[in-house]
Amino acid sequence: MTVTVDWYLILAAVLFVIGAAGLLVRRNAIVMFMSIELMLNAVNLTFVSVGRELRDLTGQFAVFFVLVVAAAEVVVGLAIIVSIFRTRATASVDELSEMKG
Amino acid sequence: MTELVLFFIFGALALVGGLTVVAARNPVHSAMGLMLTLFSLAVFYVVQAAHFVAAVQVIVYAGAVMTLFLFVIMLIGVDKAENLSETIRLQRPLVVLVGLTVVVVGVFVAVGGRFAWITGVVGAGPEVNGTAEAIGDDLFTTWLLPFEATSLLLIIASAGALALAFFRPRRREGKEEGAP
Repeated sequence: MTVTVDWYLILAAVLFVIGAAGLLVRRNAIVMFMSIELMLNAVNLTFVSVGRELRDLTGQFAVFFVLVVAAAEVVVGLAIIVSIFRTRATASVDELSEMKG
Repeated sequence: MTELVLFFIFGALALVGGLTVVAARNPVHSAMGLMLTLFSLAVFYVVQAAHFVAAVQVIVYAGAVMTLFLFVIMLIGVDKAENLSETIRLQRPLVVLVGLTVVVVGVFVAVGGRFAWITGVVGAGPEVNGTAEAIGDDLFTTWLLPFEATSLLLIIASAGALALAFFRPRRREGKEEGAP
């Protein structure tokens, strides 16, 4: 029995769904952010596995750029969470309903 | 054989880490779970000959990003009193339903499709070997423009984070001190 690319893809799909479920169910902004990171990492695993299957290095460049964008996103997102916390003293996204229609 | 053993050990660890992220009450435990998942994925990258990506994964994600997360958790405190009541009706059953659908479709595509219908390419040629040299060769020729764009993105992000941290929000008028 050898590990084929399918196995990695299935693992990545499951990880992605765990992340998506966390994003939908949790209310803490930081935990939601971590769920987003989980989803990004699942997609990265897909990129690397498919790139290996297709004998193409491009998948690894995609991972590289996703990583950079994720790092930038975390910096800005956490800064926003901190500045929200300074005014509202909460990290729960349900409290932030001022723009509710 | 080695790959099989590594897949089962670190696949299980990655799933445990992912579930910890979602299920843990304490955000610090969530962060630890995420770190476990990130390290397991780094192992998969090494197994799949993506050495440079694995190194970057450990340094940037498990190192820098997770440190940032832990700093922010420390800064705003561990908020255990998270209200998990459903504000949208039937949200959780829907989450489970959508999740199962995505997994089933993903499995169908992965096992049934063999992605020949997406790309028309079936793996031919030598195995990829993502060493720093191979990555660098392409990164500074083919991918030069996206690479420079990421430098711009990082500068903008750090400037934005500085601006968010630097400008103190003005206290709103007409709201009393200490009012809820």
